[in-house]
Order: sequence, then C-alpha cells, then structure tokens
Amino acid sequence: MWSAFRKKEWSWKASGLLLGLAFLITAAVVKPIGVSTQFVILDGIIWNGISNKLVVKDETAKKGYASTNAYLNKSGGKYAKNIAKPLNYSFVFVIAMIAGGLLSFITESKKDIPIERNTPKVWKDNYGDSHLKRYIFVFIGGIFVLFGARLAGGCSSGHMMSGMMQTSMSGYLFAIATFSAAIPVAKIIYRK
Amino acid sequence: MSQIILAGIFGLLFGFILHKSGASNPQHIINMLRLKDFRLAKIILLSIGFSSLLLFVLSSLGVIDAHFSVKTAYVGVIVGGLIFGIGWAISGFCPGTSVAAIGAGGKDAFIFIGGGLIGAFLFMLVYGSIKNTALFDKLFGGKATLANTGVEKYTTLIENVPASYVAGGIALLFIALAFALPEKLED
Repeated sequence: MWSAFRKKEWSWKASGLLLGLAFLITAAVVKPIGVSTQFVILDGIIWNGISNKLVVKDETAKKGYASTNAYLNKSGGKYAKNIAKPLNYSFVFVIAMIAGGLLSFITESKKDIPIERNTPKVWKDNYGDSHLKRYIFVFIGGIFVLFGARLAGGCSSGHMMSGMMQTSMSGYLFAIATFSAAIPVAKIIYRK
Repeated sequence: MSQIILAGIFGLLFGFILHKSGASNPQHIINMLRLKDFRLAKIILLSIGFSSLLLFVLSSLGVIDAHFSVKTAYVGVIVGGLIFGIGWAISGFCPGTSVAAIGAGGKDAFIFIGGGLIGAFLFMLVYGSIKNTALFDKLFGGKATLANTGVEKYTTLIENVPASYVAGGIALLFIALAFALPEKLED
C-alpha cells in the first residue's frame, strides 16, 4: 500500500481504474467532475474584487444573483452566484485538487529535478533549454485552451471524461474535435 | 456544509490520482498527441470505459442513484474543441491537469493557468456579442446521449436497446481499445 503511495507513476491499468472510479463516485454522490468553469469563477472573483459592481444580489434572478456581464448572468445568474459565494462545491473541489497534486508530489520517492518539472523533455529536444520561450508558448496555449473550453462549454474532464462516461453526444463531439486539431499541431510543433 | 467537505475530499483524491497517473506531466500529453506514446491514451480509454460500464449497470440495478449531468451539444462544442486542441498540443496541459501540476510545483503549469485566466476572461467579454450566432445552434437535439439515462429532459438517441447494453457495449469497446493499443511506438 505504502509503496503504491510512494510510486512516482502508477501503471496504466491502475491509473485508468482509479481515475474511472473517481469520475464514477463523484457522479454517483454529488455531480460529474468539471474544471474549466472554475477559471471563469476565479476571473469573476478577481474582477468583482476590483469593481465590486460586477455581481449583485437580484431577487428576480433564478439563482438570486445577477451580473452586468452577459456570460456571468446566463443560466439565471448561476456563475454570478458562485462568484459571490466562492465556498461552493465545484470551486472548493478544484482548489483541493492542488493539494492532491502536492500530496502526490511530496510522497514520490524519486523526484524530477526542478528543470524537468518546468519544461518537458520533448520541448527541450525541439527548442533547446530556453525556459522563457517555453513559458511564452505555455501562456499562449493556456489562452487557447480556456477560450476553447468555455466556447465548448467544458474541457477534458467535463466533456471528454464525464461526458463520454454518460454517452453524451457533446462529449464525443468534443473529443473528436480536440484530437483532430491537437494531433496535427503536436506533430508540426514537436518534430523530434 | 457537508458538500464542501466532500468537495475537499474528492478534489484531493482527483488531484492525487491525476498526478500519480502521469496525466499532469505535459511530456506524456504531447507524446500522446504526437502518436509516440499511448500510455495516457490507454488510461483515458480504460477510465471512461470502466466508469461508464459501472455507471449504467449499477444505475440500472438501482445500486446507485447517479446524478447525470449531460451537457448540450452545439456547434461551439466543435469550434471550441478545435481551439482547445491547438492550445492543448502547444502546452501539453488541460485545465484539470494544470491544476494538479501546480500542486506539484510545476512553474510552466502556473504560467499556463495565467494564460487560462486570460482566455476565460476574453470569452466572458465576447460572449454577449456571439451568444445569438450559429455557434450556439444545437446539434442532436441538444442534451442528447446514446444510452438512455432515465432522465426525462435528456434526448436518447438509441431508444430500443436497454441502456446498459448500449453504454456497456461502448464501454467494452473503449476497454478493448485500451488493451489493444501499444504503450510506446518506436521511431
């Protein structure tokens, strides 16, 4: 048991089964996992902290909150409410994931040297040791990923995993679209 | 309140498993997308197949009372998926894996999340002007599944076959594919 805890990476079978269980148990007990929405919630919390007029109480809204921003105002002010009350299931779930990653990392018996952790080998094989270049690319990648995820209404966890688990058409469409773009782009950018 | 405690426990477990599976390592994602290393693809296929099989079989037996939450299928799912795929291939991160990776101290994951916050913010700004375009036209009747979820508001596309057969068949296909794929391809 302890040795499995200490292992840096589990076998594909153990990983697949445990990951599957995580998706099943969350859907059975509370609701399916989704992550990308919480980027919007964190943006909203920051934005609301600066302007404090972004999200307001509104008795007429279905969720009791309204926003001047059309996206936060949609679905009866669902996002607006979660921004006003960040101590909600989905937001806490994502924050706790950071602690999960940390726990996994500190229990590892063999750790990567920090450079390996910050820039993957495949990047260095193609573009050398410059971290700055990798950071610029990762930043741009992040913009694409979250813009795309919000337009699609979910990401790998919400659409691909939770979605296909439920045999949702949206999940299959998302998976087909992401892989059709990602495979050629990866092949072009990372030739070596 | 108990929901918040559950969120803490489930989030911790999910982050832990994501990191131990290697999914939060961009190296593995990029090499999967380059079709060089299928370990992660095997994990994804097995986890979807396994969870789907249990979800539908256990719900049909009444062992669990699953909280289905089917998302709408619309044109933007495809367009957004394509945009997502470009960024995914460049960075080697998805939103979920980047969150687990910052726990493990990856600096590039931090920067990815910074970019992600900008991307999500840009979408918040443009949503108002695109919400009435064809991007949000529904496909397959919107909230649609292949297998019957038993939830009335969701459209079932394969109606005449019991849900556990439909979902179970697809699940077994995913699991078979997970076992059939080689872990690594030689250059």
